[in-house]
Amino acid sequence: MLEIKNLVVEIEGKRILDGLNLSVNNGEVAAIMGPNGSGKSTLSYIVAGKEDYDILDGEVLLDGENILEMDPAERAVKGVFLAFQYPLEIPGVATMTFLKAALNAQRKARGETELTTPDFIKRVNAAADKLEIPREMLRRALNVGFSGGEKKRMEILQMALFQPRFCILDETDSGLDIDALRVVADGVNALRSPDRTFLVITHYQRLLEHIVPDTVHVMANGKVVKSGGKELAVELEANGYADYKAQEAA
Amino acid sequence: MPAVQDTIDRVKAIDVDQYKYGFETILEMEKAPKGLNEDVIRFISAKKDEPEWMLEWRLEAYRRWLTMQEPSWARVSYPKIDFNDLYYYAAPKMNEAPKSLDEVDPEILKAYEKLGIPLREQEILAGVEPKNRVAVDAVFDSVSVATTFKKELAEAGVIFCSISEAIREHPELVKKYLASVVPVSDNFYATLNSAVFTDGSFVYIPPGVRCPMELSTYFRINEKNTGQFERTLIIADKGSYVSYLEGCTAPQRDENQLHAAVVELVALDDAEIKYSTVQNWYPGDSEGKGGIYNFVTKRGDCRGKNSIITWTQVETGSAITWKYPSCILRGDGSRGEFYSIAVSNGRQQIDSGTKMIHLGKNTTSRIISKGISAGQSENTYRGLVSAHRKASGARNFTNCDSLLIGDRCGAHTVPYIESKNASAVFEHEATTSKISEDQLFYCMQRGLDEEEAVALIVNGFVKDVLQKLPMEFAVEAQKLISISLEGSVG
Repeated sequence: MLEIKNLVVEIEGKRILDGLNLSVNNGEVAAIMGPNGSGKSTLSYIVAGKEDYDILDGEVLLDGENILEMDPAERAVKGVFLAFQYPLEIPGVATMTFLKAALNAQRKARGETELTTPDFIKRVNAAADKLEIPREMLRRALNVGFSGGEKKRMEILQMALFQPRFCILDETDSGLDIDALRVVADGVNALRSPDRTFLVITHYQRLLEHIVPDTVHVMANGKVVKSGGKELAVELEANGYADYKAQEAA
Repeated sequence: MPAVQDTIDRVKAIDVDQYKYGFETILEMEKAPKGLNEDVIRFISAKKDEPEWMLEWRLEAYRRWLTMQEPSWARVSYPKIDFNDLYYYAAPKMNEAPKSLDEVDPEILKAYEKLGIPLREQEILAGVEPKNRVAVDAVFDSVSVATTFKKELAEAGVIFCSISEAIREHPELVKKYLASVVPVSDNFYATLNSAVFTDGSFVYIPPGVRCPMELSTYFRINEKNTGQFERTLIIADKGSYVSYLEGCTAPQRDENQLHAAVVELVALDDAEIKYSTVQNWYPGDSEGKGGIYNFVTKRGDCRGKNSIITWTQVETGSAITWKYPSCILRGDGSRGEFYSIAVSNGRQQIDSGTKMIHLGKNTTSRIISKGISAGQSENTYRGLVSAHRKASGARNFTNCDSLLIGDRCGAHTVPYIESKNASAVFEHEATTSKISEDQLFYCMQRGLDEEEAVALIVNGFVKDVLQKLPMEFAVEAQKLISISLEGSVG
């Protein structure tokens, strides 16, 4: 279970999150929607442990444990996974090499045995096939020269490989054509399970037609201002964020 | 930003403890009197049992050196060296030169064992596939203490011995080739080396012979206040091939120590020489105290047609590095290559690069340089590519990449390109990048800790060059680079 309590965050004196509360149960897929600048991406970075933010108040609890003091690697070991909006390029490092180093680092930190190379390759290939990622891509340097859609697919491949308990998808639909969107959504849906929690951050309802959420939360002005079921996303699609922006201005 | 502050703190915390080879070996040493004069040179020459012509050669170099100025064009700064406050010869006390390894002081053997360099052939043979054997010449301060696999190499006609022995046993080869690539008066340090060089390796590969194993020299500076003046000469006769590796370490000391080497390579028609260096001299502490001054002249002469010389270097040590392994592409169709990884951290200063001098027709050269700067270090690539009037069809490709870690280090690229032949084609590419906080965050988000993340990114950066090293050394070099950068990023 993921609980965020009264989170207050600033960057260079500017308030981004202003007393945010959110609770997502095990097995739940929660969509976070909201206009540009409402703090959605910041929320994902704070949960994953990015530096450069001043956290003034609040807690982020994974199954009751506050993770705010942990570095990003420790959180990853606890099962936090962030699918980046803009995945980074690592020149000269083959995707396969990167995935193996990361997976084994996580396993080692959890006291599990490291995977043998054949065992690892089997798993990666299986995950790649499902996401229609050509195997040749796994030999190329991570994300270097990949198209936007390929990068996003590679993020979901990593999610499938690491089997994290808390998955955050930051605007995963941006830059995807409709076929790629379907492949990515299928990949995410295949990972839905009673003990896995998803935060799906998106601007548009389009993604939520493929990944149907259990709950929808609207963020504005650094807070969750409205929560509801999946019908809330449809309503937003029809009316836009104007109501919430008006609230900000008021 | 907090991350930057953290970087600074981490860099401050860099400790000399990271240098794994800082131990000292206590031995009874025999030294020349301190300082430099003609008597000291006579002392060295006598110690080496040298013929009269060699002594004269040295004295002439010394007189020449007295008229020369220390060069100041490199982007390095250091206090003036008092050349009279050094010892120019230091050797472990032995009644006679050891005839076999059994006669070598066990303390010295232990020192090399600690460094991971096995000198006993039976130990090297144990458990190692014959094709991976490496013959080693071990130079301890001013003398070569052991050369392994000599007999087996001799059967193939290969001469591999210390330069002192070569002067005594193979004077015709030494006279013909010594200083034929780096003239005695080439530069201040090379001239000094010519006057006082103490030991180093000599290699001769006869025509048509492919050297049956890797050759390697392992240099160790142990004694305090002692300069090491290594002299290495490698000759690959027509159609021959040799791969040679050099490694270097020194104890941790507060004073700076001087290493001024000269390495000459000669490749005749269709011959190939691969020269690889893993340089890990003591770099000094976090405040820049101590460390080796590494002033080195390395040059290869592709004298014959279609000859090839490749320099591969991994530079992680030394307080100051001043080193430009170069190729003179004299023979038509000859080829020169330079692959370099230069890592600087703490207060290290590196000014290194290469020269590719195209003299012959259809000569080609390739330069791949990867500089990594961390801490408060300065890392300069300085290179010259030139084509002579007669060098029609000369081609060069140069790629210089710099990677910065933190924001208090510097990377500089100074390429010189001269072409006197209109048909020459020279290409130059250069990039400078930083390990970004975002890249680190991305890697850590996937479960890699900070140091693993830096090591992974850096290894990706240097991959093209690491692939050029002989396999077993590539693994070693990879580890060494990670160790050199420990604690360099926040």
